[in-house]
Amino acid sequence: MPLIFTQRADNWLRRGMAGAFVSVVLGITGLYYYAPPEYTRVGYAPKQPVAYSHELHAGRLGLSCLYCHTGVEESSVAKIPPTQTCMNCHQAIKADSPQLEAIRVSWAGGGPVRWERVHQTPDYVYFNHAVHVRRGVGCVSCHGKVNEMPVVVHEKPLSMGWCLECHRHPEEHLRPPDQSTNFEWQPPQGQNQRDYGLTLKDQFGIRAPETCTGCHR
Amino acid sequence: MRWVFLGLAMLTALVIREMGTRGTVSDRRPLMVFSDMDFQPRYNPQAAGPFFADGRAMRTPPAGTVPFGGTDYECDAGSPRQNPDLLREDDAYYRGKKGTTWVTVNPLRVDMKLLQRGQERYGIFCAPCHGATGKGNGVITQYGLTGVAGITDALHALMPDGQFFDVISNGKGRMMPYGPQIKVRDRWAIIAYVRALSRSQNAGITDVPESIRGELKP
Ligand code: HEC
Ligand code: HEC
Ligand code: HEC
Ligand code: HEC
Ligand code: HEC
Ligand code: HEC
Repeated sequence: MPLIFTQRADNWLRRGMAGAFVSVVLGITGLYYYAPPEYTRVGYAPKQPVAYSHELHAGRLGLSCLYCHTGVEESSVAKIPPTQTCMNCHQAIKADSPQLEAIRVSWAGGGPVRWERVHQTPDYVYFNHAVHVRRGVGCVSCHGKVNEMPVVVHEKPLSMGWCLECHRHPEEHLRPPDQSTNFEWQPPQGQNQRDYGLTLKDQFGIRAPETCTGCHR
Repeated sequence: MRWVFLGLAMLTALVIREMGTRGTVSDRRPLMVFSDMDFQPRYNPQAAGPFFADGRAMRTPPAGTVPFGGTDYECDAGSPRQNPDLLREDDAYYRGKKGTTWVTVNPLRVDMKLLQRGQERYGIFCAPCHGATGKGNGVITQYGLTGVAGITDALHALMPDGQFFDVISNGKGRMMPYGPQIKVRDRWAIIAYVRALSRSQNAGITDVPESIRGELKP
């Protein structure tokens, strides 16, 4: 009986299948690695219109986050400070620095400074800063060590899985509410974060929502 | 066979080179493939909006209006009492004035809670310039801000609370207004705390109870 496929075609088929298999494996690995927000968002650090540095202002000068982000304790948004907040100091300090040109233009009536947004949850997600900060979740848990960043870098994925991970085990992150903006805070001597977090969780009756309507309302 | 694998290996290398690893810092905007309802037709706080000429979604209050947060629930429900925040009519509380004279007494009940709140807020908003002790030697003065007043000396103890309130709210000379940053209640808390600070720094022998004066050593 004559062969329908030649030996060569057979070889090609095998090669093709092996190649396809490896490609699919690589493709899935690639998607798995590159598609989630751990890749797409983490590390995003847009270029800002003013070379404002948290490392200088919040770190070395020791300004509290609340000096500028005044909404963080009482509203859902932390608020990017208005130009006036910068002028509190910069009308006198480095008043003619070229780096502050955009701030001066804005102060003289040139409209808002167009800061680039770094962290952003989709519009269908309900997020609220005040409920977290006032219940003892520190900025550091969700934004990383901002006080050491010359440029704000997106450090956490802000995915649904990430939110839920903490909502299921908030004790890993809880601290006394008045220490929310303290980046050096450590659990008291002789206690680890877990046990201390559990005491706080009981004391304040912390119940973070895990149901869909908690965050999609 | 070899070529297929070589090709794939090169493709992988190219992808890794182009895409980098997780967490690499870059200013490339996160790629969005399915942005189904991520951006809904609504204006978010502090966001841009094409509707108004200045490109802002948020508006500044028109002249002559009083911005306030919240709603007058009680009044809406028929209560004769009005939310005092609504019109900010209380001159003493909202402007530190009675007629044309400064109020001299803090309109809030001064207790430990208020003082602690004041201490915290003072640390956040005033200490960078006026220093933790109020002597006008905060960290910013090392960077070229001159003429920061000491606010806890005997002279400033004579400044009426109302005038102090006015300085915080509307600024004075080289000090910018802090009204937009600090809530009215917190401003009074800060004043109460500064008074306590000033008291502690200008204390004399008469402030020590008689019974323990003997224990003081020069
Ligand atoms: C002197 C004012 C000032 C202080 C103090 C300050 N910030 Fe900011 N912050 C800004 C400004 C201005 C921006 C917008 C520009 C940028 O993203 O760098 C910003 C941006 C941010 C962002 C990114 C916002 C976004 O677009 O997603 C985070 C997060 C943040 N700040 C956290 C903090 C934390 C935490 C602290 C306390 C350690 C702090 N900031 C202290 C002024 C300040
Ligand atoms: C509490 C005071 C204070 C506030 C508020 C403040 N800054 Fe500064 N800023 C400083 C000091 C102090 C320096 C350091 C000056 C020096 O290095 O001599 C500085 C330096 C800078 C520089 C570097 C300037 C240069 O030429 O090196 C920039 C840019 C800057 N600030 C932007 C901002 C922006 C934007 C804001 C508003 C969000 C702001 N600052 C608010 C105190 C302040
Ligand atoms: C539970 C996690 C969490 C904590 C704690 C947290 N943030 Fe955020 N932050 C977020 C998320 C999520 C966003 C994006 C919000 C959005 O898209 O509306 C954000 C956005 C911001 C922004 C920019 C947008 C805005 O709301 O103005 C600033 C500024 C900011 N955070 C500052 C802070 C500061 C300062 C603290 C600490 C006092 C803090 N955050 C604590 C999760 C957190
Ligand atoms: C580091 C821990 C942590 C992370 C991360 C976190 N949360 Fe929470 N969240 C909490 C805690 C703790 C509470 C409970 C507060 C309480 O009991 O009042 C809470 C409460 C909430 C609430 C309930 C508010 C209310 O009105 O009851 C919402 C909504 C919420 N979180 C949304 C989010 C979203 C969306 C994200 C992700 C972007 C997120 N959280 C990430 C710790 C976290
Ligand atoms: C702790 C807060 C939280 C809870 C609880 C929560 N979600 Fe989410 N969800 C989020 C956040 C944050 C995102 C946005 C994720 C992102 O942008 O990467 C999201 C995204 C989604 C998306 C869109 C995913 C996509 O990539 O398009 C769906 C669908 C969704 N959630 C369904 C649910 C359902 C169903 C439940 C209940 C079982 C639920 N969520 C509970 C926070 C939450
Ligand atoms: C950016 C630095 C800065 C900050 C922050 C600041 N001040 Fe001042 N303050 C000044 C300077 C500078 C003066 C001197 C003003 C002048 O007379 O030109 C002053 C003056 C004053 C005076 C008037 C003293 C007098 O003799 O008339 C009072 C009262 C005062 N500050 C209180 C406060 C309080 C309360 C806070 C916190 C809410 C505060 N300041 C925050 C810089 C600052």
